[in-house]
Amino acid sequence: MEFFRIKQDIPFMRHALKFNVISLVTFLLAVVFLFTMGLHLSVEFTGGTLVEVKYQQAADLEKIRSSLGKSGFSDYSVQNFGSSQDVMIRLPLKSDQNTNQLGEAVMKSLDTEAPGASLSRVEFVGPQVGKELAENGAMALLLVIIGIVVYLAFRFEWRFSVSAIIANLHDVIIILGFFAFFQWEFSLSVLAAVLAVLGYSVNESVVVFDRVRETFKGKRGLSTPEVLDHAITSTISRTIITHGCTQLMVLSMLVFGGETLHYFAMALTIGICFGIYSSVLVASPLVMWLGVSREQFIPKPKKTIEGATDDGACV
Amino acid sequence: MNRYPLWKYITVAIALVLGFVYTLPNFFGESPAVQVSSAKATLKVDDLAKARVEDVLKAAGIANDGIVLDSVGVKARFKDPDTQLKAKDTLEKAFNPNAADPQYVVALNLLAASPQWLTNLHALPMYLGLDLRGGVHFLLQVDMKGALTKRLDSTGADLRTVLRDKNIRHAGINREGDRLTVKFRDLETRDKAKSAISDSQSDLLLSEVADGAEFKLVASLKPEAQKKIGEFAVKQNISTLHNRINELGVAEPVIQQQGADRIVVQLPGVQDTAKAKDILGRTATLEIRMVDDTPGALEAAQAGSVPFGTEVYNERGGRPLLVKKQVVLTGDRLTDAQPGFDTQTQEAAVHLTLDSAGSRIFKDITRDNVGKRMAILLIEKGKGEVVTAPVIRTEIGGGRVQISGRMTTSEANDTALLLRAGSLAAPMDIIEERTIGPSLGAENIKKGFHSTMWGFAAIAVFMIIYYQMFGVVSVLALASNLLFLVAILSLLQATLTLPGIAAIALTLGMAIDANVLINERIREELRNGMPPQGAISEGYERAFGTILDSNITTLIAGLALLIFGSGPVRGFAVVHCLGIMTSIFSSVVVSRSLVNLIYGGKKKLGKVAIGQIWKAGSTAAVNEQK
Repeated sequence: MEFFRIKQDIPFMRHALKFNVISLVTFLLAVVFLFTMGLHLSVEFTGGTLVEVKYQQAADLEKIRSSLGKSGFSDYSVQNFGSSQDVMIRLPLKSDQNTNQLGEAVMKSLDTEAPGASLSRVEFVGPQVGKELAENGAMALLLVIIGIVVYLAFRFEWRFSVSAIIANLHDVIIILGFFAFFQWEFSLSVLAAVLAVLGYSVNESVVVFDRVRETFKGKRGLSTPEVLDHAITSTISRTIITHGCTQLMVLSMLVFGGETLHYFAMALTIGICFGIYSSVLVASPLVMWLGVSREQFIPKPKKTIEGATDDGACV
Repeated sequence: MNRYPLWKYITVAIALVLGFVYTLPNFFGESPAVQVSSAKATLKVDDLAKARVEDVLKAAGIANDGIVLDSVGVKARFKDPDTQLKAKDTLEKAFNPNAADPQYVVALNLLAASPQWLTNLHALPMYLGLDLRGGVHFLLQVDMKGALTKRLDSTGADLRTVLRDKNIRHAGINREGDRLTVKFRDLETRDKAKSAISDSQSDLLLSEVADGAEFKLVASLKPEAQKKIGEFAVKQNISTLHNRINELGVAEPVIQQQGADRIVVQLPGVQDTAKAKDILGRTATLEIRMVDDTPGALEAAQAGSVPFGTEVYNERGGRPLLVKKQVVLTGDRLTDAQPGFDTQTQEAAVHLTLDSAGSRIFKDITRDNVGKRMAILLIEKGKGEVVTAPVIRTEIGGGRVQISGRMTTSEANDTALLLRAGSLAAPMDIIEERTIGPSLGAENIKKGFHSTMWGFAAIAVFMIIYYQMFGVVSVLALASNLLFLVAILSLLQATLTLPGIAAIALTLGMAIDANVLINERIREELRNGMPPQGAISEGYERAFGTILDSNITTLIAGLALLIFGSGPVRGFAVVHCLGIMTSIFSSVVVSRSLVNLIYGGKKKLGKVAIGQIWKAGSTAAVNEQK
């Protein structure tokens, strides 16, 4: 069985400008959503209390709400979590409340009007932790970007590293745009997924670039767009299959992983789809615009480059 | 061309066997157990205790499945949770006859049910995180400023002693924010005091300030001393938490420092979170101060003008009392606190024993203040309460003090426990809390396991259909990757969490990339007309550089998560990073050795089963199957 029966190189680069315009539009849309709607940050980032309770029968959310209201809570949100029996209650951070006993207080107030709940999970996050997590997340993102740019510049050329990182940051922004548009909860695990996707889809670009370099060295008489077309065409089968396999795993998490892994898997799904698109159709045209050419590859002796990877592998 | 030397096969085989052995314990599950460990540093749990556990269980007629002694304590296994509970009650009664003063921690526990020979090889199952087994997680922030203030207060008392010993008269010592100010009447005394203080207190930074007619000496803590005090406060708090948690009877508590001023506490299996929080959050410290009984002062204070250097506290029972701010003695000087009864009134009381420095101070203070009242304050969570304020009848030496006054027996027990467990060197706040019920934990394990299993199955089916024999090899390599990953995690005794399971799944999904790269390369070489043996060798050779590159970029992301991630993200990152490393080995070395085993021996290899190879230019697909 073979999916891809490609007779000659597909002229991707002929349409480079169109793809770049599409990318730019999606990217800008994502940015607009991010700024107008903002991310629906989880308790981990905002601080606050989260109580998850389980009922034996379907839970009556109205009753839960009214009992919480009567007990003096305010600004709470009550919603089903995964099934009709599981209920998630979110309480914002309040300086005047005794956060230590909040979980128990909620349970006590539920007992009066909506009895039969058993406590599954309580999460309380103080204000400074949330702020720190957001800072650390940003730092991690920055470190990944710098690390990848430096590594690729060292391994290939600065043009490759710049295009790869732009292409993949564009993925990250688009994932965030989705989360902003649908107001999905952005939690720590989603952040982990986003960073994992960043590393993962950069390796997509690496595979293509590897081929670009090889083609430049091996085949003479091809123009730069032809070289890029050839590189993309010869790796497209692998790209689709690899991403398909990873997606199979992620899909399985989406189906079986339950509510906790839901948004994690969702972020990965978006990341994988856009990862294919961006590394093929965003990164490569960018390399072209940045003016990559054969001369940049010929004089470099191959030996030293290989030695460099060995060092890298020890990390 | 495609042959490995024997040692390479042996290396791969050994790696696989080791991987299997260390993965194995995870499949045996856990059996209920009761753990008896020491509640006191001085008390060692040894073979004698083990024999005692055996005897107690035998006497009560409770059958066990083996008793072991390890570094933590004696652990006895039982058939089912009912027997476990019964055994716990029996052992609790036998080992702690006096419930008010427990010598041992008797706790419910779960022990790995893997056979002994595996345990002897240190092959232990992975440790399950709280989100998988249920329990409580707290992140506590130590209030460093509080620690410094407390230290300055006691330094102030020390300065008084120093100046009195040297007969240097001062006009008052006060703490203003993070500085101590000592006032003097003339320059000469101040200079004398300065040299006396700098001789005895090396941690202080002294500066002279002339303020009108007053001569002041301002003392602040040196930065390195501040740092040391902070470090000490965290350490002291950790050891105090240890003591308190011992009283809770948790089998495997985790108490660790995180960063400069935070402490993580994890109590697996604890359901009564309210009690846990209550015990942890209580920051009871004892302070002994003098009462200001100047006539009219209390009334003035209640009217709003609190006399300088004093504070109003409520006595147990609600009567207000004017107490001097100056602390005579703190709970740090305590060596023991026991609940008991007053010998005369038969009231519930707490008997305190002071250390030698404390005894001396106490003796001095009682000698100098006969006829005056002294207040014993219990400070909990920043709020003080006067437990008792007795009149000093006579000088008290020997360092034995009794506090009594409107206490019930259980209050006396609690107070003694809190005082004995040690005071916190600095106040702490819970800044993050996570409680996970046990059923949710079990559900999380199921969900994580199912997602990995079905994802793996889907990938396996696809790979085998698409790449045939090479697909089988890839799937075996992927399975070995899973084996290595679980084995390393078990070997490192890493804590497995739900994000960790997600990372395992994701790593597997990404690791297949390497094999796809290799297989596609081999197909490509075959398409270009290379003979099969050459194509295999070339395919592996040329794909390796790409595999390395792509894994390194993923690893960079993983490392960034590891460095900046906390909590659940860290678990994800650890597994992710380890998985990337094992995947390079399994997808390249293990799969190559399998391919070499299958094809390497054949001299004239006409075809390889890598699925259909479609050649550009030919009209019909060439079906290259064995």
